Amino acid sequence: MSRYVFQRLLGMLVVMFVVVTIVFIIVRIAPGDPAAVMLGPDATAQDVSALRTRLGLDSPIIVQYGIFFGQLLQGDLGESIFLNRPVLTALADRAEPTFFLTLFSILIAALIAIPVGIMSAYWRGSLFDQGATTLAMLAASIPSFWLGLILIQILAVRWGVFPVSGYGGPGASLMTRLSHLVLPAISLGVVSSALILRFTRASMLDVLNDDYVRTARSKGMSEFRVIMKHAFKNALIPVLTVIGITAALLVSGAVVTETVFGLPGVGSLVVSAVLRRDYPVIQGALLIIAALYVLINFLIDMLYLLVDPRVRY
Amino acid sequence: MAAAASSSVPTPTHFVLRLISRKTVLVGLLALLTIAVVAILAPVLAPYAPNKLSVVNRLKPPGATFWFGTDEFGRDVFSRTIYAGRLSLLVGASVVTFAAIFGVALGLIAGFFKRLDTPIARIIDAMMAFPDILLAIALVAALGPSLLTVIIALGIVYTPRLARIVRASTLVIRELPYVEAARALGVPTWRIMTRHVLRNLVSPILVQATFIFAYAMLAEAGLSFLGLGVSPEIPTWGTMIAAGRQYIGQADWMTLFPGIAIIVSVLSLQMVGDGFRDLLDPRLRKDL
Repeated sequence: MSRYVFQRLLGMLVVMFVVVTIVFIIVRIAPGDPAAVMLGPDATAQDVSALRTRLGLDSPIIVQYGIFFGQLLQGDLGESIFLNRPVLTALADRAEPTFFLTLFSILIAALIAIPVGIMSAYWRGSLFDQGATTLAMLAASIPSFWLGLILIQILAVRWGVFPVSGYGGPGASLMTRLSHLVLPAISLGVVSSALILRFTRASMLDVLNDDYVRTARSKGMSEFRVIMKHAFKNALIPVLTVIGITAALLVSGAVVTETVFGLPGVGSLVVSAVLRRDYPVIQGALLIIAALYVLINFLIDMLYLLVDPRVRY
Repeated sequence: MAAAASSSVPTPTHFVLRLISRKTVLVGLLALLTIAVVAILAPVLAPYAPNKLSVVNRLKPPGATFWFGTDEFGRDVFSRTIYAGRLSLLVGASVVTFAAIFGVALGLIAGFFKRLDTPIARIIDAMMAFPDILLAIALVAALGPSLLTVIIALGIVYTPRLARIVRASTLVIRELPYVEAARALGVPTWRIMTRHVLRNLVSPILVQATFIFAYAMLAEAGLSFLGLGVSPEIPTWGTMIAAGRQYIGQADWMTLFPGIAIIVSVLSLQMVGDGFRDLLDPRLRKDL
């Protein structure tokens, strides 16, 4: 087992090495001089030259790669051109709304998808099942930013139940800040629930006809207990996997949703960085989010080892 | 087992008949066909030119004259919505073509040539570690926003999805007796790859391509909404929603109709894709 963990860890490091290389290449494929692009058409030759030196762009490409990699190993993601502060600090300052948004969205998605998925599998082929799977397909077809705008129009503008946008302003209490996350979390959660519902249903269908479920029923156990204690417990692993992957993907959904709701999170920071061509921020955000995805996948694999005694390597 | 497997492989006609015998697939296909025909015939069907300005008619609600209402410049939202469909479908189709060409080539090479498998597989893994829209945003940022760069960026984003599936299937097919027999008979490698391996991969590629088409349309709308896709003057469903955002309180039809157009298109593609998958992967069938 430790050999498997070691191999998986090694694989993760290799993937991260390739991720770093891809991020390095993406910024360098920009046509023209990245320093000139970042500073815009009004910049003087001296400004461009100074920025080139500051970013290390005047060294040979392989040297630039070496420096980039060396800085990363020391936890240095570079400095934002427009914010004039380290990228890591800029990202950390914006992490709270994104973290809570992702957390609430995944909670909403799981709260919708898991019970409906279980019932859908239990009553497979029924009107409920057909309705639930059709609604799941519909949810997966809705752009989260569009749903966000519709929710703003109905629940914020017309009914005034929730704030329209923002994060409550500086010094806002935790409750005020969280109340600004309700609508964005609903719009992301509803859209993300489709995948979790589908996996829960498929996973439950796999176990519902298993011998141990039949045995539990024949022992006279209540149907609720049979489903929750015996069937769902065994169907949980694929569901946990997809929840983990959805959480990682939600960070990407947050990019657009944060813009709709004017949330000062990592997503809106990335969008403004793209509009200003602030490459260090773009590459820093890409690296952190990809690393999170790789890490979550690794942790899910490790979770398999812990929770399922059938999984042995 | 092998006999059972071979007997379950349908002929193309049989497959199509079984596919359209499913109600959801039929509905999805008909909806897609309607959307495509309406988009292609937009110059004939649109009651107004998509960019025709009319200050007196600005922000008119839906009615008999303007079915979907008008926008802030008095342009007809219905005409713009059906014109926008052309571009959204074009982006979807182009991204699928891009991803199919490079994804299939990469997957086949990785699956067939053991030496190249590990580096290609690691690149695929690394590419898939980036969330779709975020990678697309970074690529568009690097290449500059335009219709072509959106297609290239989304093509690059979705290539690994197809490559992974093609690689996995190729690894299995490569070891099957008929491929070994072809090798023993001296059939050239490229011919084995295209005639014996690729032919057996058409179905999973089709399933994935349908979903990529849908995701690409959603992603394009997201990029355009953020102002990172095509120019805001060009009507796409994403740019229309972005423009409507400013007027959500007073003219929600500007946002509503392009959004519904995206949902119907993506839903139809998912219905068709699901139908394909239900036939090809019995474990995920709804009627199990």
